[in-house]
Amino acid sequence: MADQKNKAKQYQSFEDKRETKRPILLNCVKAFLVGGFICLIGQVITTFYIYYFDFTEQTAGNPTTATLIFITMILTGFGLYNRLGQFAGAGSAVPVTGFGNAVISAAMEHRTEGFILGVGTNMFKLAGPVIVYGVFAAFVIALIKTIFLQLGGL
Amino acid sequence: MLQGKQTWEFQNRPVILSTGITGGPFEAEGPLRSDFDYLFDDGWLKEKTFEKAQQRLMEEAVEIALQKSPVEKEQVNFFISGDLINQITPTTFSAKTLAMPYIGLFGACATSTEGLALSAALLDGGFADFIVSGSASHHAAAEKQFRYPNDYGGQKPPTAQWTVTGAGCAIIGKQGHGPAITSATIGKVVDMGITDPFNMGGAMAPAAVETIQTHFKERNVDENYYDLIITGDLGKIGRKTSFDLLKQQGIQLEDKQYVDCGMTIYGPDQPVQSGASGTACSAIVMYGHFLKRMIQGEFKRMLLVATGSLHSPLSVQQKDSIPAIAHAVSIEME
Repeated sequence: MADQKNKAKQYQSFEDKRETKRPILLNCVKAFLVGGFICLIGQVITTFYIYYFDFTEQTAGNPTTATLIFITMILTGFGLYNRLGQFAGAGSAVPVTGFGNAVISAAMEHRTEGFILGVGTNMFKLAGPVIVYGVFAAFVIALIKTIFLQLGGL
Repeated sequence: MLQGKQTWEFQNRPVILSTGITGGPFEAEGPLRSDFDYLFDDGWLKEKTFEKAQQRLMEEAVEIALQKSPVEKEQVNFFISGDLINQITPTTFSAKTLAMPYIGLFGACATSTEGLALSAALLDGGFADFIVSGSASHHAAAEKQFRYPNDYGGQKPPTAQWTVTGAGCAIIGKQGHGPAITSATIGKVVDMGITDPFNMGGAMAPAAVETIQTHFKERNVDENYYDLIITGDLGKIGRKTSFDLLKQQGIQLEDKQYVDCGMTIYGPDQPVQSGASGTACSAIVMYGHFLKRMIQGEFKRMLLVATGSLHSPLSVQQKDSIPAIAHAVSIEME
């Protein structure tokens, strides 16, 4: 048993030396540029809503998010977002467009299993954890804040 | 006849009578374009689901193989095949359409040689006259089951492999003229503790090495016996690792003597990272490309070593390592 484990360890380092590694630095640069560019588009849309419609800096966030997700939906539908994802990595995954893509791609993929058990059940299979832990984290932070304020705060 | 513990030597030399190869649009862009009998220009094949598209690929491949051979559909005794999708349903539905007695296999991407070895054993033993064996896979169906939705923008690492859309099959007869199946070695499950499902080449390399070693030992031949040793879908990383491992074990292969189907089917400009994979990968490249070259007289002896990684999405999520297997079949031409 220990012998087998040793052999496996030896093999893993043998294999590791022959593996093509992720180009981490290059990936970071790409992610920074693409992610930054998506945020720039978001900023342009926000400014557009503030200047041409009756929105303020506080209220323009929601229509901006909706617009970005709409664009993502079209890109995902035409099979372009996954290509962007392969190039940009975290750059296209972290912004809200990445969240949109996770929901939309899953919904499209499982259409063949019907609208209830297919789309309905699987739509959030990738984005679900973001919601679960997002809500949970918000709850914990709110709890800490409340306790802190009740104790007198600063 | 059994040779050693896990190798069969086929006295009656069952023969590959004809083959049928189908593929999708992405395969049509690759360098093996002319080796396909039929290429579909739409990944859905006008079917409602990816799984049905895969079923069609298999059915068309078998029909083509039947057309190319003197064998009638009614003469075929068994259809021996399998695929990657849960409970191998696409293959089962193909078997229903083809209306042939059916032996379903699961050997992941090693299904092609597993089927070929079993077919040869049945034919050699006199348990059948004609057998159809092969496999189909579909990129989108495999992505959906094993990875993420097809349109999800996740970044794949350089170790990842691209599942082939297509099918390859062969009609094998008891005897006749042509490429004969002379021996087969059934591999053991090898697990070296690799847990990354995006590195199947690395997980499968030791399985290929073990099977090749065992085959040489039990058949009492060495690396000079074969003109070509063809692995299934190790990809760049798995090929390199297994090549060096073999060298370490004292099996000195020449670089061009050791080829991989997963590195043959797509061109360098196709974005497939480490190479191709999928049950159809080895079936297409072995039956379509290398067998064709053999019949043209380019070489006389080849050893097919299809490799399979036998994990499931569930086993990966439960943090199990990736068990791998390889089966070897030798094909020789007089």
